[in-house]
Amino acid sequence: MSAIDGGRAPTRLRLPLAYRVVDGLFGSPLNIAITLATILLIAWIVPPLLRWTVLDATWTGTSADCAARDGACWAFVTAKIRFFLFAFYPSELHWRPAAVIILLLGLLTIAAIPRFWRREVLVAAPLVILACWLLMAGVFGTPVAPNQWGGLPVTLLVWTVCFALSLPLAVVLALARRSSLTGLRYLAVAYIELMRGTPMVAILYAATLILPMALPEGLTIEKLPRAMILVTLFWTAYTAEVIRGGLQVIPPGQQEAATALGLGYWKTIYLVVMPQALRVVIPGLVNLVIGFFLATSLLAVIGIFDLLNAAKASATDPAWLGYYDESYLIAAAVYFAFGYGGSRYSQWLEKRLSGQDQR
Amino acid sequence: MTTSTAPGLKGPGVFRRLASWWGPYPIAQVAVILAVVALFSVLGHNAAQTMSRIGVTPGFSFLDRSANFEIGEGVISFRAGDVYARAILVGLLNTVKVALLGCVLATVLGVALGVARLSGNPLLSGIVRWYVEIVRNTPLLLQLFFWISLVQALPPPRRALSLFDSVFLSNRGVFVPGAVVEGSPFAVTAALALGFAMGIGFLLVSRRRNGLSSHACAAALLLAVALAWAGIALSGSTIRIDVPALAGFNIRGGYSLTPEFAALLTGLVVKFSASIAEIVRAGIQSVKRGQWEAARAMGLRNGQIMRLVVLPQALRVITPLTTSNYLDLVKDSSLAVAIGYPDLVSILNTTANTTGQAFEALLILIVIYLVLNLSVSLLMNIYNRRVALRGGRPA
Repeated sequence: MSAIDGGRAPTRLRLPLAYRVVDGLFGSPLNIAITLATILLIAWIVPPLLRWTVLDATWTGTSADCAARDGACWAFVTAKIRFFLFAFYPSELHWRPAAVIILLLGLLTIAAIPRFWRREVLVAAPLVILACWLLMAGVFGTPVAPNQWGGLPVTLLVWTVCFALSLPLAVVLALARRSSLTGLRYLAVAYIELMRGTPMVAILYAATLILPMALPEGLTIEKLPRAMILVTLFWTAYTAEVIRGGLQVIPPGQQEAATALGLGYWKTIYLVVMPQALRVVIPGLVNLVIGFFLATSLLAVIGIFDLLNAAKASATDPAWLGYYDESYLIAAAVYFAFGYGGSRYSQWLEKRLSGQDQR
Repeated sequence: MTTSTAPGLKGPGVFRRLASWWGPYPIAQVAVILAVVALFSVLGHNAAQTMSRIGVTPGFSFLDRSANFEIGEGVISFRAGDVYARAILVGLLNTVKVALLGCVLATVLGVALGVARLSGNPLLSGIVRWYVEIVRNTPLLLQLFFWISLVQALPPPRRALSLFDSVFLSNRGVFVPGAVVEGSPFAVTAALALGFAMGIGFLLVSRRRNGLSSHACAAALLLAVALAWAGIALSGSTIRIDVPALAGFNIRGGYSLTPEFAALLTGLVVKFSASIAEIVRAGIQSVKRGQWEAARAMGLRNGQIMRLVVLPQALRVITPLTTSNYLDLVKDSSLAVAIGYPDLVSILNTTANTTGQAFEALLILIVIYLVLNLSVSLLMNIYNRRVALRGGRPA
């Protein structure tokens, strides 16, 4: 495609936009039928939805005001926004999770900009995440146990910490799966296939039921860190497969040439193979990470108060009982913002990186 | 094969071949494997100690003990007091049921959406695009919570929403028309199986003879239906379509889907239809424009182009990707536990909680999911071999 476009723009006849739209909508009997059916569908769905979300909605007031009207109760959302964000975190210390949200979102933004892809950021990222963890735990102040954490910071922390930890493990695992050391290769294959064959819910149950039994007597870990250990191990298998995909497209000549130059295995991997492989898999990793973000919602199944569970629990407040639709809608909006933003970013990145290849 | 009398170099011995298969650093590899084994035995030892402290004996003998819980629904019956093994079987069948129906319905809806996404009608393709974006970018669990709260908010059976007076939606579940067998169900099943086996056999033979045509397909279908009907009539049973109807305070007749099952199935179908739609779209778009143009130049109609030229090529892209979607669907059906549908994970979790045999429950779960995954992969690989390019490499 690019080879042809490079010379001269193709002279395809492009009709004006208005004409194309009209032709698409009413160009043939079939299209007219489709258009009419779609309009009927919209007319059936949109007005009640609009009435519920905007026209009949209650924007301010109390639960009683909401009960008096038919529409959505946005007053509930304004009243419970703190709970959405922080769940059961002690309310006088809410600045901590707020700071964590800001720090992590800032880190994500910086990590998303290719101009900042330097070694310094790679070193700083784990430090920032660690600082967030210590801030949440209140190491230098009133300590707050992970059982009391909740809301968006938990979702963000589980997401970033588990992925950051799984990345180096995944690199090792992917290398093991492609190595000539048969014993290690089989270990890696067994690990990856077992993890990928098991549902994440089962892994989370293992974290709540089995891990406490398997720990030596006297050593207890709280539920959230326990879940995070197993989620990290679980995600490692998926990340390793994506990285293996990148390793596979690096021509063997690269490794042979590096060996011919006298580089050892680790130097070859570190200096020659990995930099190329990782660049190939960045868009794939971004897609994977978006999937991980959505998957953090499964923590709700084992009773950890992540964003989704906080949203669910907020509708069980006796003062605001049963506004599930509103709370799920808000949670969905947050997940959608991350998911949609992430997938657009991944498309942009893919285009940009493939553009670099041609230079 | 080299014999000792043959001239030339001797082939490597067994030990050499084993050593080269095992690769470099043989001792270090063994050490790593031993370390892994040691780690697991330490964890296992700790677990065994904990279990003995709380008075649980490791092993699978609990499978024969009676389970004192009820299961909401199942393909086979289960009452409190039946053994754990049966409870696990109920869970497995529930998982298989929802996964199978989910795969079929998600494929049907997904293909329809994928084709609609490519339609030249901007209104339709725009709506499908936003459907896909919204469904793909929100967590499945959230969607399940939404569906279950939607089902529970439906009116009671007496005021159930009905579609054409045959499908009823109520907070007690969803009621759809279904076939009811009167007489011997075994004979009917056998007749149906025989009829369809003959139909498929006829298709395979005609395919071997002179390719598949729509006439052969119609003939096979006719043959299958006729045979099944004749078999059923001979055994003295009848099949009739039972339409649910309001009777007193409840709805009787037809098939009823429990609210949990209906919510889980809807959630899985909606979620995976979106990803299948994207795969179908990508697959069809991967076929070059030139193929369409060439086919059109040869005088084929649009439907023929799709069926004879585009789909066979698109399926090569679509099939492997769909396989991984089916695998995900089977695994994600375990989210049933969050909305109270008694699937395999949910029942094993209850088992682990009531007996304390968490390790054994997890082991059973991993083995069963491994078998489920492998069977899906196997079926899809067989299908993939059918659609894959034969000979040569794709350009």
